[in-house]
Amino acid sequence: MQATATLLTVVSALLAVAVPAVALSRRPWAGTLVYGVSLAASLAGLGVALAALLAGAGSELTLPLGLPWIGARFRIDALSAFFLAVVNLGGAAASLYGLGYGRHEEAPHRVLPFYPVFLAGMNLVVLADDAFTFLVSWEFMSLASWALVLAHHREAANRQAATVYLVMAGFGTMALLLAFGLLAGTGGEYGFSAIREAVRDPAVSSLALVLALVGAGSKAGLAPLHVWLPLAHPAAPSHVSALMSGVMTKVAVYGFVRIVFDLIGEPAWWSAILLLALGGGTAVLGILHALMERDLKRLLAYSTIENIGIVFACLGLALAFRADGMGWAAALALTAALFHVLNHSLFKSLLFFGAGAVLTATGGRDMERLGGLIHRMPATALFFLAGSIAISALPPFNGFISEWLAFQAILQSPELGGWGLKIVVPAVGGMLALAAALAAACFVRAFGVSFLGRPRTPEAGTAREADRFSLAAMGSLALLCLAAGTLPGFVIDALAPVTRLLVGGAMPLQADRPWLSIVPIAESRSSYNGLLVFAFIVLSASLSAFAVHRLASSRLRRAPAWDCGFPVAGAATQYSAGGFAQPFRRIFGTTVFAAREEVTMPPPGDMRPARLSLAIHDPVWERAYLPLARAVDALAGRLNRLQFLTIRRYLTLVFLFLVALLLVLALWT
Amino acid sequence: MVTALSFDIAHMLAGGLVLVSFMLLYQDRLHGLINTYALHALVLSASVAWQAWAQGAPHLYVTAAVALLFKALVIPLALHRIIRRLGIHRDIENVVGIGLTMLTGMGLVALSMVVMLRIAADADPLAREDLAMALAVVLLGLLLMVTRRNAIGQVVGFMSLENGLVLAAAGARGMPLVVEISVAFSVLVAFIVIGIVLFRIRERFDTVDIRALDDFRGERR
Repeated sequence: MQATATLLTVVSALLAVAVPAVALSRRPWAGTLVYGVSLAASLAGLGVALAALLAGAGSELTLPLGLPWIGARFRIDALSAFFLAVVNLGGAAASLYGLGYGRHEEAPHRVLPFYPVFLAGMNLVVLADDAFTFLVSWEFMSLASWALVLAHHREAANRQAATVYLVMAGFGTMALLLAFGLLAGTGGEYGFSAIREAVRDPAVSSLALVLALVGAGSKAGLAPLHVWLPLAHPAAPSHVSALMSGVMTKVAVYGFVRIVFDLIGEPAWWSAILLLALGGGTAVLGILHALMERDLKRLLAYSTIENIGIVFACLGLALAFRADGMGWAAALALTAALFHVLNHSLFKSLLFFGAGAVLTATGGRDMERLGGLIHRMPATALFFLAGSIAISALPPFNGFISEWLAFQAILQSPELGGWGLKIVVPAVGGMLALAAALAAACFVRAFGVSFLGRPRTPEAGTAREADRFSLAAMGSLALLCLAAGTLPGFVIDALAPVTRLLVGGAMPLQADRPWLSIVPIAESRSSYNGLLVFAFIVLSASLSAFAVHRLASSRLRRAPAWDCGFPVAGAATQYSAGGFAQPFRRIFGTTVFAAREEVTMPPPGDMRPARLSLAIHDPVWERAYLPLARAVDALAGRLNRLQFLTIRRYLTLVFLFLVALLLVLALWT
Repeated sequence: MVTALSFDIAHMLAGGLVLVSFMLLYQDRLHGLINTYALHALVLSASVAWQAWAQGAPHLYVTAAVALLFKALVIPLALHRIIRRLGIHRDIENVVGIGLTMLTGMGLVALSMVVMLRIAADADPLAREDLAMALAVVLLGLLLMVTRRNAIGQVVGFMSLENGLVLAAAGARGMPLVVEISVAFSVLVAFIVIGIVLFRIRERFDTVDIRALDDFRGERR
């Protein structure tokens, strides 16, 4: 059977299971049914997508739905096959996790019906081959995820998050709608094939590019359109958070790549600089936010913003290289972006699953109330550690590979033509390096404070290990992270058809390199062998463990942990999350977030405790969004009076407006 | 075919319609207003019939007949009956003075001439003049609606506005008959609905002065 038809069958299976889920969602076995079907459907979709990607066979299908003169067109090419694989891999992992995690859900009737619809919506966006189907699927995805964000609607914070998300999603879709309207032109031909062929004014293309950046960027979490993301992603149940952060942002990246690399044609010269600057800024801003954050899931959401910044910077680099006709370098940058898309979907899902397990076990997400979980939840801790290493871009895991490729691409920038790019690209490279270093610090903090040390609360001290489905989901993702990190050549080769489609070039074939090493451009420049590094790490670690056990004194010696000459038993004396973040807060936070610390020290003799109060301001939210919201509110208040005029006033208004229009017409022509 | 004479006659009839619109503006008695409206419809009917002859379009005769039958006879008679049944023979107050209203009307006519002659410079002169007159009639109808407080006055304003639309439609060649008929009948339906609403207003508030509606909504003026 044709790949497109099979995937549409998968989508209809997902939609079909949502219908009984509405009625049966309160039954105890409903979760097993929904997540089981979703898991099977996602695995089938993953298989089809991988087969389509590796075999390079595109296929098309038109269904008689939607706009009558277009129908609903679906198509799989290399790009959509890759993103379908990412979506379904994330979907399969989340469904497997949901099999266990869903049992702890207090409101299953608000989660189960929307979950498969959300998966189906994301698949449809990637499958769509005309603007109408794309936008309808996009809204489908947005609304389903909005309903999932609102699942625990009794908490006021979640309601506010859902409101902000709905506004931003509507805004983003409007921008995409206008972008497609511009691309389709006055002829109104909404099929992607016609849009691709069309010849249009450069100004129109540039405007469409900016609108696509606003529309897809707001969904992906590109600063300054990211404000909804750290609110909405953590508000959903954890496996949905994983999907939103790990997969839905990738669907947004897909939308942007599809429009800018495929449909628009040759974009304006400044678009690459715009993308690079936005990407670099987003990466640094996102990870700084993550460093200040105490809430584990919000931290992960902010880190998603950082990774999206890296992806967009790589995309900008690919655009710059393509515009200069350097196909090999463009292929390198695009491979880095797509590889990072895959990697981020893997480790961000893994980390959100870990955060969900912690949330289930302790009932909280505040890191200051966790600690010592490695003793109670050893397997979760191990997998969370694997995800943390991967997201910190350390070998031998996969995060290193994509960031290394990104820096390899950045190092090619001196060969670019324009002076603007020659100056901007190294600066962005510096920002990405800073973001990578801060990410490592951020995840040392996240893992160390949550899992190491001693429990800070009784809840953390009595935590229980996650169920076997959750552990299986986390374990398989951790293994995939390791596999992609040690055998990156296969992934790079699989991405070759995508880069050939979009930038007309590909990285050199990696499969025939000896010893499975990867070579981005040529041996003389640089190469990396993940397997060798992994083998070295394993070997040296085993040797040192062996040496330590053999050569060290075998006498057992017990000493208090974290006892720096201050033998107080309280868990509150440990290094806290706030304390860990303090150096970063002092260096970056005072300028970026206007962070102010205030110590209230009572005079001697006063029995009150000393207090440290901390104020952090989000510059984007307070300088851009709040004034905008206030302006809209004031304007709405003014216009509200128009609702209560007399009939004759309305008539007079209509009359005066008509006369004014006629006057304009008379004076203008 | 458009000869000089047929053009002049069409021009005269359309101009007559504008003139009757001005007459509507300064009527301050309801019966007078309705009679003037009947005259308005009569001139419209003659104008459309002349267009039918000049364009050689027999279906326009149907439009003219519909205008004559409904707008010049049925609706004015029904309006007279309504007024008798409502028992309102008193003066209508204008919101602004008659002089000011007439001056505004002249300004509107000038405006519609300027607009139409400019934007339709290369159109058929017969259609162009017709359109300019029709726009003037529409604007005067709106002005009538704005300056009257009495609901009957607003109904008449609306009807005269619609006459302007019919004049514009008759001037445009190739307007399908079905469109004209449906417009004519929609006006009739609107008239019926408005009539019913009038009686409902009257039942509830003992007046057809629309100020009562505003008072009912608790509005300031």
